[in-house]
Amino acid sequence: MSTRLATGGRLLNRRKQVGFTFNGRRLTGFEGDTLASALLAQGQALMGRSFKYHRPRGVVASGSEEPNALMNLGRGGRFEPNQRATTTELFDGLEASSQNHWPSLDFDVGEINASLSRFLPAGFYYKTFIHPRPFWKHVYEPFIRRSAGLGKAPKDRDVDRYEHFNIRTDVVVIGGGIAGLQAALTVARSGAEVLLIEQAAHWGGRAPVDGAVIDGRPADEWIAGAVAELEGMENVRLRLRTMGSGVYDHGYMLAYERVADHTLGDDRPRHRLWRIRARQIVTATGAIERPLAFAGNDVPGVMLASAVRDYVANWAVSPGDRTVIVTNNDDAYRTALALKAAGLEVPAILDARPSVSGGLVEEARKIGIRVEQGRGVAKVLGRKRVEGVAVCSQSGEGAVLEEIPCEAVAMSGGWSPVVHLWSHCGGRLRWDDSLCHFRPDADKAPTGADGQPVAVVVGAANGELHTGEILRDAAEGGATAARRLGREVEPQAASAEAEHANPMAPVWVMPQGAGHDLRAKMWLDFQNDVKVTDVQLAAREGFESVEHAKRYTTLGMATDQGKLSNINGLAVLAHTLNEDIPQVGTTTFRPPYTPISMGSIAGEARGELFQPVRRTPMHDWHEGNGATWEPVGHWRRPYAYPRPGESVHDAVQREVKTTRDSVGLLDASTLGKIVVKGPDAGRFLDMLYTNMMSTLKVGRCRYGLMCSENGFLMDDGVVARLSEDTWLCHTTTGGADRIHAHMEEWLQTEWWGWKVYTANLTEQYAQIGVVGPKARAVLEKLGGMDISADNFKFMDWADGELAGIPARVFRISFSGELSFEVAVPASRGREFWDLCLDAGREFGIAPYGTEALHIMRAEKGFIMIGDETDGTVIPQDLGLDWAISKKKDDYIGKRAQQREHMARPDRWKLVGLETLDGSTLPDGAYAVAEGTNANGQRITQGRVTSTYHSPTLGRGIAMGLVLHGPDRMGEVLDFPKVDGTVVQARIVDPVFFDKDGEKQNV
Amino acid sequence: MLILHCPNCGVDADETELAPGGEAHLTREGPGSSDEEFEQYLFLRENPRGVHFERWRHAMGCGKWFHAARCTTTMEVFGTYPAQTSEPPQEIRDRISDRRPGWRWRELS
Amino acid sequence: MSEPVSALRGESYDGHIRVEEAGLRGMITVRGDLSSEAVARAVGEVSGVEVPGPNAANASDARGLCWMSPDELLLLVPHAEAGETLRRLSDALAGEHALVVDVSDARATFRLTGAPVREVLAKLTPADVSPGVFELGAFRRTRLAQVPAAIWMRDAQTAEVVCFRSVARYMFDLLATAARPGGEVGYF
Repeated sequence: MSTRLATGGRLLNRRKQVGFTFNGRRLTGFEGDTLASALLAQGQALMGRSFKYHRPRGVVASGSEEPNALMNLGRGGRFEPNQRATTTELFDGLEASSQNHWPSLDFDVGEINASLSRFLPAGFYYKTFIHPRPFWKHVYEPFIRRSAGLGKAPKDRDVDRYEHFNIRTDVVVIGGGIAGLQAALTVARSGAEVLLIEQAAHWGGRAPVDGAVIDGRPADEWIAGAVAELEGMENVRLRLRTMGSGVYDHGYMLAYERVADHTLGDDRPRHRLWRIRARQIVTATGAIERPLAFAGNDVPGVMLASAVRDYVANWAVSPGDRTVIVTNNDDAYRTALALKAAGLEVPAILDARPSVSGGLVEEARKIGIRVEQGRGVAKVLGRKRVEGVAVCSQSGEGAVLEEIPCEAVAMSGGWSPVVHLWSHCGGRLRWDDSLCHFRPDADKAPTGADGQPVAVVVGAANGELHTGEILRDAAEGGATAARRLGREVEPQAASAEAEHANPMAPVWVMPQGAGHDLRAKMWLDFQNDVKVTDVQLAAREGFESVEHAKRYTTLGMATDQGKLSNINGLAVLAHTLNEDIPQVGTTTFRPPYTPISMGSIAGEARGELFQPVRRTPMHDWHEGNGATWEPVGHWRRPYAYPRPGESVHDAVQREVKTTRDSVGLLDASTLGKIVVKGPDAGRFLDMLYTNMMSTLKVGRCRYGLMCSENGFLMDDGVVARLSEDTWLCHTTTGGADRIHAHMEEWLQTEWWGWKVYTANLTEQYAQIGVVGPKARAVLEKLGGMDISADNFKFMDWADGELAGIPARVFRISFSGELSFEVAVPASRGREFWDLCLDAGREFGIAPYGTEALHIMRAEKGFIMIGDETDGTVIPQDLGLDWAISKKKDDYIGKRAQQREHMARPDRWKLVGLETLDGSTLPDGAYAVAEGTNANGQRITQGRVTSTYHSPTLGRGIAMGLVLHGPDRMGEVLDFPKVDGTVVQARIVDPVFFDKDGEKQNV
Repeated sequence: MLILHCPNCGVDADETELAPGGEAHLTREGPGSSDEEFEQYLFLRENPRGVHFERWRHAMGCGKWFHAARCTTTMEVFGTYPAQTSEPPQEIRDRISDRRPGWRWRELS
Repeated sequence: MSEPVSALRGESYDGHIRVEEAGLRGMITVRGDLSSEAVARAVGEVSGVEVPGPNAANASDARGLCWMSPDELLLLVPHAEAGETLRRLSDALAGEHALVVDVSDARATFRLTGAPVREVLAKLTPADVSPGVFELGAFRRTRLAQVPAAIWMRDAQTAEVVCFRSVARYMFDLLATAARPGGEVGYF
């Protein structure tokens, strides 16, 4: 059983006890513990269940590569699944629970999957859940959904906050081990700006645990000195708990800072996502030890040799009284020495190599550790925890030579450089035959905007595994980064003594000749339960590409992204295919290096700040007067203003009626207002609009249509000519920014010689529609301008003052009523709105929203961009030929409208639709014709584009696009509804109300 | 995530400040053009693996359009230049020749 | 109520920096040939400052000129003087190809004060706001979170943000969130 040792623990503060719970049980640890070390210290080796077979699993690693010890953390608004216990700092009050079991961690019904494992091989789901088809929806999918996923999804809203932080700097050094510190020191001495980040809560990486001696001092001392020197430099920033998450194009990288994971609730942002532009990126990300594939290598108590040493040295955790070491390299001997130094037993080191000597091997032998050469583990004894190992000859088939009782197994299959960040953006790798790993190919670095290398990789991440070489490589890497910035610096490195090491031996399966039964118990991917036999099956079934084998077996597709499993997996694949590992290649490394929180990705963009809401100067009034909202672009426009006790529908009907009978008030501020000025402005507008704008007289307005270059109607609005060389173009609410950009695009990129300037004045003005028979009376009460029928005609505009407020008044109408749109400075918009309400009170004035606006325009047969148009409709479809100039040689969209398809007579055209029963047609309903198409669907001959209940006419009215529509007046069409019934509607003129325009012409 | 030098305001703009505008140096075809010419202008686009010329607008910045010569595989930027031209400046073509000998793009090389 | 009002009527927030809506400011967009002597003379006369170079602003008291793009300046005057300034400038540039329009009410302005002012900006904009790059007098159009804005370094501890009036609330909430105590980064 694992326990806490009485002394030691370089990261522990034994004076500070920390209380936490695991599966509801109260436990204590020390400040400096991780959740994993604290659990191990309490004898809790079993930490979770595997994904597929629900096998009991314990912690394997001590860092971010951990595949097994995934926990649910926190509760309520701070609940998070799948958090690695190895990277979770312990804090007072931490709540953790294990995952993927029922009813309990110790007794899990799902474990039955394990005894069925021979029936659940790779590809099982693909092969099994296909036939019969109807089973998919009702049987297979619910089953798969229940078994899918590890942790539970959070149910409550996240209570924490998150933020982004954008910086540009010369150099980012990722990794605060000795390589990162040395590289940072070197590059910083050149004067460059440096940001050094480290994912853990402490500097130095694993050198102190490995007993490194640097410049004649223990590593800890050198590290403290290096950090102090860096902290003293003006041009250096240091950041702990910050992981290099991804490297992208042009020196862009993300760093994920876990600001307050260990101090939850202190009102700091929980995570901060650093969005960094670096001129050089130095990755000093170290290496990860590989497991060995032997039967039972997933039994709790089997750990990486380096992790065992970490737990002993960093956190004073004994993995058990007796630990057997199994290895193919010298490094694992350090674990044996560390265990012995802590007073623990090492019954044997099983070294797969036939003959080893010198260096660490000799040291181990010297203190009496039994070293067995050419040996391996035939299988691990024990189920929920290690009870011993059966020893075999590595070169054989697994005949058991002896059984050694033990509580833990420390395994080492060699080291793989962490090349993820190097590879994210195109850095290439090469296979190192002597160390059996992929290491960065320095000649094929990721490149930046200038096509030059943008990254340097140093230390263990570069395949250097000895202290002295790591430091030398890091100093040189730092100097390289500096040189690329045009700075010179001596690559002066701290020194360490040369180490003697026996060559490692590639061991991908243990023992070499293991039969199927043993291979079926050798785990490659612990989290996704992928075994040696699964990869071999995939190869046999033809999934020979590493990318295919990965997806077929799910090797490396778990939350750890195969940090421990990928190399072993592809070695097994290569072996099965009888190819070399470099020929098989690796899968693609993709960011993030380890999962980052969704909150950090969203940053501040949540709740009220999820997206910008644009408000008009009258927004507060609308809000205070019960407006229901319609989002239009980012604007919020009042949809209607229901009064207490009134339904929205009734409010809309009332608003239309009030406006038609007396006077209504509309906040039209959101409409785009773009000024176009210059000697060539008229010529320019003639190209933009389908009709002629250059002939418009000063003081007058004209309705205009704008098409895209491929002929489709994209916007409409009223254009006013302000002076000889100045026009004011109104656009739709959603169109203001787009149309302004459209104008600028043509001016800047096509007609750059034309003398035209534009300015988007949309927000300078509050624009208020005063609409209805009493509109003139209201404005006359405000006083200041002559807006009489004789002097201010339909489609006139004038500047002046109303009630002492500067105003520009347009006599235009989108409702068919006598109507004035008044633009006043936005800073006085609310004031003017209030004045209109006061002046109109005697007429029963009421504001109306967008729905009343829509109904009134539909009653008049006016089209609405986005209703009658959908990006496939040309003005000719809408009967707007009158607004297309025949005199112009050219306008944007004219050539496209001459294309054969655009000129076809059978394009659907705009008509009015009147239901025979007076009901309101469903929006978007299709009119059907006789017959069916090749897919068995009814042939259609038209569709509804706008449909409303008209309070003015007391019936449903609609507009639609219908095949040969204008030629079929009076015909009745069938519109099937989703409930299967059919509504019949007659084709009529789209102008339903006041066909002669008498109401607006008063 | 690209970073492009805006030749109009001089800012090295983050991609999130920019709006892409598709292929550069198209010749507008209006009324009078053949169907083939019009199709070429409006719809047919290069899709090169390598050197490409693009339009960008510094939308969240100075608001101006510019052109960028870029490698679509490595993201190397050979240069940016103002939009008021119908062909890339010689200096940028020279730089591309230096970096990508034998390059071709439409009729350019 | 007969006074012009700004979008947020001077609302403020005290976090690890102070964020306040700076009220109405007279702003006039001038588009024209910035290298022309006529334009330089006309804007110089009404603003009292020289035409700034790219990504910079020149200001004294409430008057100033901000560089918006190669053919656009933003002229700053007291809000009450905007109308009169517009007329004077329009007259002065009558013979030029230029566009002069009042945009005072189309904008909202925020003043940020406190030592970590750069950090608050860096949480929201991809623009480089490091000392040495974004120095005193620097004025740059960029984005803050999801909306376009201009940022202006007034002195070592004061920055201004100009955005569209309709998003004043969004901008204020953004800035206040970024300025919330506990969010200090300690980077610059």
